[in-house]
Amino acid sequence: MDKHSLVIIGGGPAGMAAAVEAKKSGIDDIVIYERDTQLGGILNQCIHNGFGLHTFKEELTGPEYAGRFIGQTEALGIHYETGSMVLSISSDKKVTVVSREKGLRVVEADAVILAMGCRERPRGALNIPGMRPQGIYTAGTAQKMVNCEGWVPGKEVVILGSGDIGLIMARRMTLEGAHVKLVAELMPYSGGLKRNIVQCLDDYNIPLKLSHTVVDIKGKRRLEGVTITEVGKNGAPIPGTEEYYSCDTLLLSCGLIPENELSSNAGITINNTTNGPVVDDRLETNIDGIFACGNVLHVHDLVDFVSEESGRAGRNAAEYIKNGGRKENSAKCINVTPGNGVRYTVPSVIDTANLTENIHLRFRVRDVYKGCSIEVKTGSETLLCRKKKIMVPSEMEDVILKKELLSASGDITVSITEGGA
Amino acid sequence: MTRNMICIGCPMGCDLTVETENGAAVSVSGNSCPIGKKYAETEVSAPTRMVTSTAKAENGTPVPVKTKVPVPKDKIFEVAAAIKAAKVTLPVSIGDIIVEDAAGTGVCIVATKDIKA
Amino acid sequence: MDNKIFDAVVIGAGVVGCACARELMRYDLSVAVVERESDVCEGTSKANSAIIHAGFDAVPGTLKARFNVQGNKMMDDISRKLDIPFKRCGAMVVCLDENDIPKLQTIYDRGIANGVEGLKIITGDEARALEPSLSNNICAALYSPTSGIVCPFEMTIAYAENACENGAEFFFRNEVRSIRKDGDIYTVETTSETFRTKMVINCAGVYSDDVHAMIEKPDFEITARKGEYLLLDKSAGGLTKATIFQVPTKMGKGVLVSPTVHGNLIVGPTAEDIESKEDVATTKDGLDTIRRVAALSVSDIPYNKVITSFTGVRATSSTGDFIIRNTDGFIDAAGIESPGLSSAPAIAQYVAELVCAELHPQKNGGFKEERRGIPKLAHLSFEERKALIDERPDYGQIVCRCEQISEGEILDAIRRPLGATTLDGVKRRVRAGMGRCQAGFCSPRVIELLANELGIPQWEVKKNG
Repeated sequence: MDKHSLVIIGGGPAGMAAAVEAKKSGIDDIVIYERDTQLGGILNQCIHNGFGLHTFKEELTGPEYAGRFIGQTEALGIHYETGSMVLSISSDKKVTVVSREKGLRVVEADAVILAMGCRERPRGALNIPGMRPQGIYTAGTAQKMVNCEGWVPGKEVVILGSGDIGLIMARRMTLEGAHVKLVAELMPYSGGLKRNIVQCLDDYNIPLKLSHTVVDIKGKRRLEGVTITEVGKNGAPIPGTEEYYSCDTLLLSCGLIPENELSSNAGITINNTTNGPVVDDRLETNIDGIFACGNVLHVHDLVDFVSEESGRAGRNAAEYIKNGGRKENSAKCINVTPGNGVRYTVPSVIDTANLTENIHLRFRVRDVYKGCSIEVKTGSETLLCRKKKIMVPSEMEDVILKKELLSASGDITVSITEGGA
Repeated sequence: MTRNMICIGCPMGCDLTVETENGAAVSVSGNSCPIGKKYAETEVSAPTRMVTSTAKAENGTPVPVKTKVPVPKDKIFEVAAAIKAAKVTLPVSIGDIIVEDAAGTGVCIVATKDIKA
Repeated sequence: MDNKIFDAVVIGAGVVGCACARELMRYDLSVAVVERESDVCEGTSKANSAIIHAGFDAVPGTLKARFNVQGNKMMDDISRKLDIPFKRCGAMVVCLDENDIPKLQTIYDRGIANGVEGLKIITGDEARALEPSLSNNICAALYSPTSGIVCPFEMTIAYAENACENGAEFFFRNEVRSIRKDGDIYTVETTSETFRTKMVINCAGVYSDDVHAMIEKPDFEITARKGEYLLLDKSAGGLTKATIFQVPTKMGKGVLVSPTVHGNLIVGPTAEDIESKEDVATTKDGLDTIRRVAALSVSDIPYNKVITSFTGVRATSSTGDFIIRNTDGFIDAAGIESPGLSSAPAIAQYVAELVCAELHPQKNGGFKEERRGIPKLAHLSFEERKALIDERPDYGQIVCRCEQISEGEILDAIRRPLGATTLDGVKRRVRAGMGRCQAGFCSPRVIELLANELGIPQWEVKKNG
């Protein structure tokens, strides 16, 4: 059986950043398994700009951002295998992988980093009634068709969901000559970044209807049109507000789901809110030596944060391997609980006895909060309080907790409070 | 005159307030950094945008490209058409010039991905 | 079709039509199957509960009772010979109200009269011991060990492939426009061909009354009855081991909850008579009804794991029974609603007998009754899978990540006789796109493979039709 120190599953931004940092931390025997024909993951189809301001201090397109990491991966001599799909992982870190070139095999690893990314929520999961004709795609699938395959899947377009991919595709389809009639969003706020509303919708006079959804789909073979209605506060359609839009294409940008079937089957505990593994501050799952980072852990808005997080996973995995897989015995773990207004936190466990780095605590809020504060408390003691002008569910928040603060701390809670410091 | 806008300079999306006189910005507030100030000043006088799209290689492969720098906003569709009209010979590397002067903007179109022949 | 005279023209390439064609190939007969769609399994056969019923629902003495019980008994053999997945997972009819317990007894008695084996009535607690997810409302249940689950796509496709392999000719995109009889010969005109044949076999599903009307005013009427379903991810597939029915009402068998033979969970159907035979839209009311009614029998169905919803139409006959008979060389296999899938093997055998009684053909000595399906790499043992990939490296290139379907399997689906020409065709043959992402990731690649194989541009590849 082949054996590697570190097996990284996924060669997108998460996997590459993890590999680069692990290598820099002294691990030589690394392999990245990538199911696509090239490294880069979903960035290859994200040809728009807006990536890299944090990481490279300049604005890059997706392929350029990926290119930087591909360059580093290759320069560091990190071994990767494309066209290679991991079929299963066992709890003792045996990885079954298949490819055209090398066939089916089992590879043993000292440590594994999960970096499989996420998938889009399909129409069926959205409970949209109606017919099932050709012309209904998730925004990312359409993006792949336009940007990687070179053909445009329709001419008259309605987009449901204002996630960033949907907004980006509204502009992209427009530039390719399609008429984007409308972006409808179920929630009373957009699911994407404000800048994308401006530069993808407003610039092209594409209307965004908040608190609206699709309630019917017409067309037997090809999509003919959709019925949009306004929804009330409870999310239920308001009778009498139906409007019919003829269209041949409906794009769905209604959320992303971390892809953790491999993880679950390996026995990794999944957080029901993030749909990603439960991890500690080292980004290690409940299985020793299996780490997770990037969109498989929780869905990010910015690839820069994916790279940062994944770099940490790489360093921690390297540490784990160098320690011979042994965890320190003195582990003293505290829980991080999402409090008022906070949906989840990553990590949700911190091993305060073995802190090597400050803690990057990332989380999402439940609602739109204006003029509120992020408060991190242990018992009644406030560890950190930060005022924010605005927080929205579509933008990930993060706070850095100094490791000195935590060394003597008990369980902590992260909440949103009115007013504050 | 006062104009409100959202900065597109980075993902933060700051709400900007711009005081203008004769179409030029005299003061900008709400920005968190110099990018915001510059964006507001350009946006009220001569707005510009980056354009990203795909050109086609001779074998049909899409080649992702961008304008090297932002182009006037009212030229976006002309620039997009110029990209569509280009025929790219593979291989290309990131930064290779695909179109020298897109739609008379003086801005060149560059490849954003390494693609083998 | 020049001057060729077929022995039989089968109208409709659903499970009944394809099964009939295959059974006819056991004899020295020339058979054409005409189908209005571009593929087999495009009507009722593609959207149903995928259940092989035991046969306790139908009234004793009906064709439904006879062919259901007979068809059920044939399934193990068919599954082996045609290489299709079939599992006797058992079924329970659960009773939600003490007052309905006599109804369970009626069903039991009917089952016994129909010749169903192994039936027993159990208490609510016994039922819950077998199926822990059953709701506490359940006071008694009828347990039926011979009920099973099957893949209706594969069953139809396997019948069609085997028929084709044995010489049956398939004509797609041929919608029948008229039928007339001159002397002993029928002339069947479709949208693109004219067929001359000694016999016509009407397997036109919800349109079987319309097809019958082309030759004479039918003495029956077909109503399209719509049934909506929810399909859940495989991670929810183990919620029940058996198919859970509710004590039937006038409108049908109620809402069932069942594992599918591929390991998903299916919940449905609704039952609504509709005007248009083409109305396969799901509705908010329908999907809500499924959730509400299913909750009566099974607790905590994880609806956040729904991956798709769909609607099927069933051909409900005004006679209440299947209509299978030969009138002057024109055979109806009409009104084949539930338990149609379960009955199809037996119906086909019976239709073949009717044809033989008329044409007295010789046995077809060269009939090959076994068909090998496309290998299902994801279900093979490690060694078997490895060996196959070593032989055919494209079986190692995964295209559909959710169902782990390889490029090789997809190419097989396209290249086989009666191969797939659409995304849905690929999906039904090898399940690429059938998983939790619902083709989000694999469809661009499957489209590319279809385009290459069919020699058309990618944008001309269709989802269906």
